[in-house]
Amino acid sequence: MTRREWKDFWTGIAFISPWIVGFVVLVLYPVGASIYYSFCDYDVLSRPVWIGTLNYQDMFTDAVFWKSLKNTLYFAAVSLPLGLVLALLVAVLLNQEVKFRSGFRTIYFLPSLVPVVASAMIWLWILNGKFGLLNYGLSFLGIEGPNWLSDENWTKPSIILMALWGVGGAMVIYLAALQDVPRELYESADIDGASAWTKLRHITIPMISPVIYFNLIMGIIGSLQVFAQPFIMFGGGGTNRSALFYAVYLYQNAFDYNQMGYACAMAWVLFLIILVLTWLATKSTRKHIYYAGE
Amino acid sequence: MKTWRFCEFVFLLAAVVIGFSAGGCVPVPSDKTPDGRTIVQYWEKWTGFEGDAMQAVVDDFNASQDEIFVQKLTVSDIARKMMLATAGGNPPDIAGLWSHYIATYAEKGALTPLDRLLDDAGITRDDYIPVFWDLCEHRGFMWALPSTPASTALHWNKKMFRDAGLDPNHPPQSIEELDRLGEEITLVEVTRDGERKRVRFTELTKEERENYDFEIIKLGYTPSEPGWWNGMWGFWFGAHLWDGDRTITAASPENIEGFTWFQGYTRKYGLDNLRQFGAAFGNFSSPQNPFLAGQVAMVLQGVWMYNFIDKYAPQLEWAAAPFPSVDPENLPLVTLVECDVLVIPKGARHTKEAFEFIKYVNSQPAMEKLNLGQRKFSPLAETSPNFVKDHPNPYIENFIKLAKSPNARHVPMMSVYNEYVDEMNVACDRMFNLLATPEKALTDVQERVQWKYDRVMRRWDLVKEDRLKQWSEEQ
Repeated sequence: MTRREWKDFWTGIAFISPWIVGFVVLVLYPVGASIYYSFCDYDVLSRPVWIGTLNYQDMFTDAVFWKSLKNTLYFAAVSLPLGLVLALLVAVLLNQEVKFRSGFRTIYFLPSLVPVVASAMIWLWILNGKFGLLNYGLSFLGIEGPNWLSDENWTKPSIILMALWGVGGAMVIYLAALQDVPRELYESADIDGASAWTKLRHITIPMISPVIYFNLIMGIIGSLQVFAQPFIMFGGGGTNRSALFYAVYLYQNAFDYNQMGYACAMAWVLFLIILVLTWLATKSTRKHIYYAGE
Repeated sequence: MKTWRFCEFVFLLAAVVIGFSAGGCVPVPSDKTPDGRTIVQYWEKWTGFEGDAMQAVVDDFNASQDEIFVQKLTVSDIARKMMLATAGGNPPDIAGLWSHYIATYAEKGALTPLDRLLDDAGITRDDYIPVFWDLCEHRGFMWALPSTPASTALHWNKKMFRDAGLDPNHPPQSIEELDRLGEEITLVEVTRDGERKRVRFTELTKEERENYDFEIIKLGYTPSEPGWWNGMWGFWFGAHLWDGDRTITAASPENIEGFTWFQGYTRKYGLDNLRQFGAAFGNFSSPQNPFLAGQVAMVLQGVWMYNFIDKYAPQLEWAAAPFPSVDPENLPLVTLVECDVLVIPKGARHTKEAFEFIKYVNSQPAMEKLNLGQRKFSPLAETSPNFVKDHPNPYIENFIKLAKSPNARHVPMMSVYNEYVDEMNVACDRMFNLLATPEKALTDVQERVQWKYDRVMRRWDLVKEDRLKQWSEEQ
């Protein structure tokens, strides 16, 4: 490089240095440190002591670890597909030419703007076993609603219900994609006499498949990391730890029990699980995704 | 030339950013007041009238001093924040913690041992109600001094007793009598001949009881309310939660007996009935608190309960007496005690000045002023004759008597206290919900907490010698 190029190079570096510093200090160092701590007995207050893979071995024999993992996978397995389908369904409906369309769009999107803590507090009352709105509504259908928050069979469905209430975020992304589907495709399908279902199946879904894929990946990551709602609503995990999710147990270890080394190891295991699931999702959907540029 | 100047500016900017991010550069505030007094930073958790009571003591101290100035800062979630501040090397000089944190924080090297300072000041165990001194001790060292103590007692609603035809001035004397009185007070609604009727639990037919065919309107007693110390019920049955050294004894026969009694309440009133009834409870600190609202007639509560009665239900006719044990003759005056304490975090910059303030708080006049303000009692062995007379809580003597009892018990002073309590809560939940027998649930707790404790001990054994030596040298 010439002198001038070097100068330009360093000027460039100087310009992005705030970002580099931020990345190194706030991301790279913590990530690196967490790998190291995951092999240590570390309680935040005193020096970490190297214990090899003991934290990882402990996880295998820790029944609560397995329970939290099972709860989290159950939540992801149910809420993710339901959320994807529901968001798509609502988006397709809101893409139709109906009266007050923008009003409806706003209404469906609103829940995802409500702060998590506020929505959790509202849902605590909606799901209340005695005075809850949900059970009150069910009583009109002749159904005696369960104790959503204290019955171990219903705690996870409660959280899933709450998650579905917030599908507005994914819906907006679908809506944007739906508006990008070329009108002429529908017009030619109309000329061929295609039904609404056929159009959805053979035009809409393939055309927005990259967005479905995007929502799927974000959904996998988000649902495996679910934290705020169960933490606020069930604190220690609810009846018989039926609503103890992975991230909540990780938090307990890190900040309630001062087992930061164990928590770091758990974080890395979660990272690997998400990595594998994302890779599987990418591999299995690759053939079904249509990119216009390819 | 112009370009180079610009580059210089950018580099300077980057240097500033690096300086601030990497150095952990929190500007160090001046630790002197304009008149030259040393500022002692004091973090405390209390707000409201409890905070005001401590502020009054701080103000008195500051007025009496020309060398030290205590600056009190109200901090929420204080235990965690103190831990992070200590780990970050910038702790306050004094922190107001709860006694159950002492074992964990001391063992992890987050606290300053006070033994030498106590010796120099001539403060000894004899000056205190013994249990509160013991709560500040761990592994042979003193880590704190008490600020406000608490003991727990049975609180009962006299009107509900009277309405059920019972003597309102006669609280239960044994667990067996507690159960019986509870049943007599409990009011339920049943459908008989197509009509909804309200009857006492004792008037239910055998069939109605067995089928749980009733709705609870008012409850005499349930051990699941308030649910704060569910894991500690074994104390009233003579149980210990550990052997004081390395063995967890959650599944001892006494504890199993205690939790068989606990689970008996679900079996008696029915899980769905209790859940439905419990779902109607309001927040503890509100007029909808089930005891204050007259939904539950008897409850185990601490000395602080008077404040909430005074605030939310001043018209409530109530009284407080020792919570009965299973064997009142051999196991009298059982109570659960807790204590708010003052500690000096490791790395505090003004240890001596901080201790001066702690010493002042532990003098009889200041201690009585603080505890009268918070409407608790003094942890000191001696109290002035007017303290009880001036105290607004008419039953304060009972709480003092309980704290002085040899059966005053406290949560296990061990470094896995949080885990133990969490595990006990999970077990209580399982037992309450009839998901496990007491034997099974408590054996699970024992195995799990033992496993956790062994891990912590493994670490302790590695650092034990260093730690003990370091603590002794700090003397």
